Amino acid sequence: MSSRIKEIFSRVKTENRKALINYIVSGDPNIETTLDIMNAMVEEGVDIIELGVPFSDPMAEGVSIQKGHERALENGTSLRDTFKLVEKFRETNIETAIVFMGYMNTFESLGAQEFMIEADKVGLDGILIVDMPPEESSDFTKYAEERSIDIIRLIAPTTSSARSKIICSQASGYIYYISVKGITGAGNLDAEDVKINVKELKQHTNLPIAIGFGIKDSASASSVKEVADGIVVGSVFVDLIGEGGDILKKVKDKTKELSEALS
Amino acid sequence: MSEELMPDKNGRFGIYGGRYVAETLVPALEELSDQYELIKKDNKFIEEFRSDLAHYVGRPSPLYFAKRWTELLGGAKIYLKREDLNHTGAHKINNTVGQILLAKHMGKKRIIAETGAGQHGVATASVAARHGLECIVYMGEEDIKRQSLNVFRIKLLGAKVVGVSSGTSTLKDAMNEAMRDWVTNVDDTYYIIGSVAGPHPYPQIVRDFNAVVGEEVLEQSQIEIGKDPDVLVACVGGGSNAMGLFYPFIEKKNVRLVGVEAGGLGLSTGKHAAPLNDGKQGVLHGMRTYLMQDESGQVTETHSVSAGLDYPGVGPEHAWLKDIGRAEYVTADDEQALEAFKELTRVEGIMPALETAHGIAHVKELAPTMNKDQSIVVNVSGRGDKDINTVASIEGIEL
Repeated sequence: MSSRIKEIFSRVKTENRKALINYIVSGDPNIETTLDIMNAMVEEGVDIIELGVPFSDPMAEGVSIQKGHERALENGTSLRDTFKLVEKFRETNIETAIVFMGYMNTFESLGAQEFMIEADKVGLDGILIVDMPPEESSDFTKYAEERSIDIIRLIAPTTSSARSKIICSQASGYIYYISVKGITGAGNLDAEDVKINVKELKQHTNLPIAIGFGIKDSASASSVKEVADGIVVGSVFVDLIGEGGDILKKVKDKTKELSEALS
Repeated sequence: MSEELMPDKNGRFGIYGGRYVAETLVPALEELSDQYELIKKDNKFIEEFRSDLAHYVGRPSPLYFAKRWTELLGGAKIYLKREDLNHTGAHKINNTVGQILLAKHMGKKRIIAETGAGQHGVATASVAARHGLECIVYMGEEDIKRQSLNVFRIKLLGAKVVGVSSGTSTLKDAMNEAMRDWVTNVDDTYYIIGSVAGPHPYPQIVRDFNAVVGEEVLEQSQIEIGKDPDVLVACVGGGSNAMGLFYPFIEKKNVRLVGVEAGGLGLSTGKHAAPLNDGKQGVLHGMRTYLMQDESGQVTETHSVSAGLDYPGVGPEHAWLKDIGRAEYVTADDEQALEAFKELTRVEGIMPALETAHGIAHVKELAPTMNKDQSIVVNVSGRGDKDINTVASIEGIEL
């Protein structure tokens, strides 16, 4: 397991709080600003940053994040640019964990082996390939293990208990629990359902569990935090970035609101 | 490995196919596979499906000898498999008749579909109307413009058309949006995919329900031709009409299988929809297959005069048939397709869909190179009424 992700979760535990995991799209609105946004988030207490790798067909994303991908692609942001971004970020930060979140086709454009060599080199901590269920993951899993890059796995409300066990046995870093049946930014979060499902999930794994999809403010974060080890917030940040204006201030304020809610 | 067993238990055709979807959908696809495996052996289901094909669709569709066209081209005898005569005007109805029964069997109340040319949308809306189920059809804004006639037909059938303006506003984006709907409403919704594409088990299900086309040709060619045809030709977008025709012939190695992709403005221009000819392996819409994409793995914009072929991927079984050399894949460009559209219309009085016209265009090239005692069966996958506006506007005629 990546030492950084492990350390983060054990640190937040001793600090008696939950990890804040923010998602943004790499290159949205441009790669320089993405670096500034990352650093701004760090200032206000983000623990892990999930960097969306832009893809032409982000099938699991709601409108907000789709638009983020489109903005990043308009300025030509690629997977290689995203690796360079991490390299640059690591010049000043070795504490915050970085996870790439995206789709199989862009990850494969580099090949699984070269991807992991590059990931190791720049200081990437994990990957979450949305359309790579355990059945389809052999190459990435193999090369990730060699280089201690975590493979973050999704578990959904539709996942059976038997299947959860299998997924947990193949996951590393943390488990990403999808809180709703739906796409990112969905508005139908049912905190009671989430609590029941995550409690059950905890019987299958000792890995930390992060909850995401449909969490956008301190209220929604607070509603599920008792069962979570971390909370993932994405669409709301991508919306703020899309709005423009003083992006850094907006992102800082939102990060602060969330990290306070999780303390 | 026996070709009969394809796909394997993981939904693979060789290295192609599979189930590359977000976790939320995996259990739904597993359930669909299980239910399909049960139902396809169920006599009551088989009877109902066959009866619907006969009485609702109007099967079998004729195998028609194109005498004048054969004489004009001066080579192999050309036979047309008349899927254009099916109810709703294309082969697409075969699959929707089967899948709606599966949906009902699974207790689903809401039907969704994607459509490009609108034929699958019309076919889905028709069977949904017949079974009294709610139906939502996703369609790219670009295609809504090109295929306004079918949009109106879908609405008349009581379905809702949802325009999709993300990405390139065509079929692939409509499919993304349908997947997003499905993942959100997975409990009560059945997604009727219209091609032999998408995550397992869709490529298998859609192939099996369309295989009636090839099965009929197997029998009809013994009667009409007196032997197996030498070549089967069909256009390939996602590849459902071609797969339906080819599948029962895969083990008949004496029969050549030729798929015709959309060459658009020409292969060399890059503006086409021919992933099997000029694409590379990748993952989109839940399947591993040949894809039109750039160096960084972004799916690239496609071009074809026919909305139904305007798709950057292709069914995984076609990818596999190409790699093992069992089927050949060629292209016909926009201009050739338009010319073929006009020729078949004038010589045989049969107006093919622009998608179909790509297959027709290849027959124009192939037939003269063959002997008069040889024969070609080409799948007339759909009729051309829906394309009148497109053809008129290309000719500068306002209707």
